[in-house]
Amino acid sequence: MRGNDAGEQAEGGAEGPWARRMREKLVAEFNPSELAIVDESEGHRGHGGYREGGETHFRVHVRSAAFDGKSRVQRQRMVMSLLKPEMEARVHALSLSLAGEAGP
Amino acid sequence: MTETATNPAFATIEADIKANDVVLFMKGTKSMPQCGFSARVAGVLNFMGVDFKDVNVLADDAVRQGIKDFSDWPTIPQLYVKGEFVGGCDIITEMTLSGELDQLFEQNGVSFDKAKAEQIREANQ
Repeated sequence: MRGNDAGEQAEGGAEGPWARRMREKLVAEFNPSELAIVDESEGHRGHGGYREGGETHFRVHVRSAAFDGKSRVQRQRMVMSLLKPEMEARVHALSLSLAGEAGP
Repeated sequence: MTETATNPAFATIEADIKANDVVLFMKGTKSMPQCGFSARVAGVLNFMGVDFKDVNVLADDAVRQGIKDFSDWPTIPQLYVKGEFVGGCDIITEMTLSGELDQLFEQNGVSFDKAKAEQIREANQ
């Protein structure tokens, strides 16, 4: 049983509950063809917004047709407004890379 | 911008972005940034030799919240060029590497060192 647990965790990348929540919301809203969520909180240990347990600083990449024809500012606003509850409750910083299907 | 009358910080912000071609609302100052994201954008502008005004939001709580409402943008830093909101740290980084920031400065008559901008791009290939 222990072996199985460890295996599952390694496979899932040990994503925390906040990352999982954001992933679910991003998938539901944007139906992305690419999605990556990286917890970079440890790099911010001791800096503003860091909390024990991490999940405060994330790097997020999304590629979706929903971003086609939208400016960089519009794309970020779409994601920031979707994840506003998470930003208010826990997440201190999101570093966003948002791409459309048609262009960069 | 209809809240200008009700939010006193808006008048200060508007005055700053009108009086200066390039304004960076940041945590700390351009010579002593207090946050990694602010430091990155200030660092790019400094390196490119851009003459910009730094507004330290940590020095004024009204401006710290006010700039987020004014721009409808939840994070700091925020860059303004010729009174227009350009973006935050991710957007400025992407625009620096793609050359769009150079274009924006050229279109708006903001002088900068093109060789230094190329140097940033070469180092980040």
